[in-house]
Amino acid sequence: MSSEYEITETLDVKGASCPMPVVKTKSAIDDLAAGEVLEVLATDSGSMSDIAGWADGTAGVELLSQEEGDGVYRHYVRKTE
Amino acid sequence: MSTDTPDATAEETPSRAELAARVDELEEQLAAVSADSDDDDGKKMSIIATKGTLDMAYPPLILASTAAAFGYEVTVFHTFWGLDILHEERSRDLQLSSVGNPNMPVPNVVGALPGMDRVTTKLMEKRIDDNETATIEELIETSLDMGVEFQACQMTIELMDYDEADFYDGVTTGVGAATAIQDMADADIQLLV
Repeated sequence: MSSEYEITETLDVKGASCPMPVVKTKSAIDDLAAGEVLEVLATDSGSMSDIAGWADGTAGVELLSQEEGDGVYRHYVRKTE
Repeated sequence: MSTDTPDATAEETPSRAELAARVDELEEQLAAVSADSDDDDGKKMSIIATKGTLDMAYPPLILASTAAAFGYEVTVFHTFWGLDILHEERSRDLQLSSVGNPNMPVPNVVGALPGMDRVTTKLMEKRIDDNETATIEELIETSLDMGVEFQACQMTIELMDYDEADFYDGVTTGVGAATAIQDMADADIQLLV
């Protein structure tokens, strides 16, 4: 599971809906240093596609994994540069 | 003329060293061009927002803030009713029209009754609240924080008799259609909402 990465920060956007999970993820990533990993906790089911799309279209970030459980979507994003 | 050609060609036949130098030069140029187009991560989006109903205020703001999250440089040019989205007071009181929208739960003839816009707007506001959908104000503040440039059409400001101080801090005033055209010409994505 997520234990393969050392999580630097956790962003809790449970309850928030589009576009906030992506927008807040971007802001949180900006505050990290290269190599650090952000964990994002969301309840918006659209966040699975949206955060994957955002990570794919954004330079300097890498989506490590996404998981779903207990109604919470967990996203792990590494800042690469 | 034609008799000159062989001579000229012979004279201009580049040496191996010259060719090698030329190849190096071209490779450098190619590298520079690729670097430009890469870090010309100067992706841009230009949106023209013309509508001021509660439902139509959302799309430009959601797209603007999301594009900013993708690293786009975003400008949103607000004109006519779209200007109300930037008007601090009016943006908190945007209405939903209960007529002219076949998806509304009330028939047009009922929707046209006095006060019905208020009712449908209240219902939508409650849904927005229950669903924790961001408010218009939150989306504007978030977008501004992310560097989105909101432009208020000067002609409309005067037409509606608004004061420049009525808008959110950070809104650009004193701009017109030419500014919007310039932004659209430079943009990778252009939208009219």
